[in-house]
Amino acid sequence: MMVLVAIGGFFGAILRFMIALHINKRLVGTWIVNITGSVLLAYLFHLHQQENISDGIWAIAGIGFCGAFTTFSTFGNETIMLIQENKYKQAVRYVVSSLVISIGSAAIVLHLLTSTN
Amino acid sequence: MKEGDWKTVLSVGAGGMLGAVGRYAVTIVIPANTLFPYATLLANLVGCFFLSFIMHLPIIKKRLSPAVFVALTVGLIGGFTTFSTLTIEAISLWSVVPILAIGYIVISIIAGLSCCFLGLKLASRLERSSS
Repeated sequence: MMVLVAIGGFFGAILRFMIALHINKRLVGTWIVNITGSVLLAYLFHLHQQENISDGIWAIAGIGFCGAFTTFSTFGNETIMLIQENKYKQAVRYVVSSLVISIGSAAIVLHLLTSTN
Repeated sequence: MKEGDWKTVLSVGAGGMLGAVGRYAVTIVIPANTLFPYATLLANLVGCFFLSFIMHLPIIKKRLSPAVFVALTVGLIGGFTTFSTLTIEAISLWSVVPILAIGYIVISIIAGLSCCFLGLKLASRLERSSS
């Protein structure tokens, strides 16, 4: 299990790094990976609960990949940087939009998947 | 840093590998006999503290090669902490005890930002005392 989580973490961190380099604009990269990673994890979570994917696939794609692709520490550090620069409005907007869009879209995905079953 | 720098990319991957395994290890060590997702919360708070500490202590960046620095920050700590798991745990909690879901999100944000501040303050204090 450990090895599978490691493999997923390897690719998750690399993809997040590549996206951050490619976008090259602070906040936006983290914002995008956290939202897309949350939606992908919601989908995988549903598949795992329905036993459509094995524990191994869940370990590599869910815990490893999605877990490492998304990040809380960079999100927190970026937010306090905004606060340090007295950009309070932007800090609040960043935190609230990350949370609301991630949780909202993941909840919608789970709801749609559950209701179609 | 060039986008095609494969050594840097592989370093980030290696860091992410260790970070993800570390996070998984925390979920095994912390007993899951409660509803509340303590393991993710703990990983996220510890990661917040160390990331802000390292990012605001210039001496660390000076001493480490760029590849090792991104492996440590973007890879290891970035991969150790997670946003997607927090999202799914909050939604799962909501369907059982909604107030706990709200509590989990609020504590994650307030404690997470506090840990970031703590790391930043400690780093700038060390920086001042060493110069």
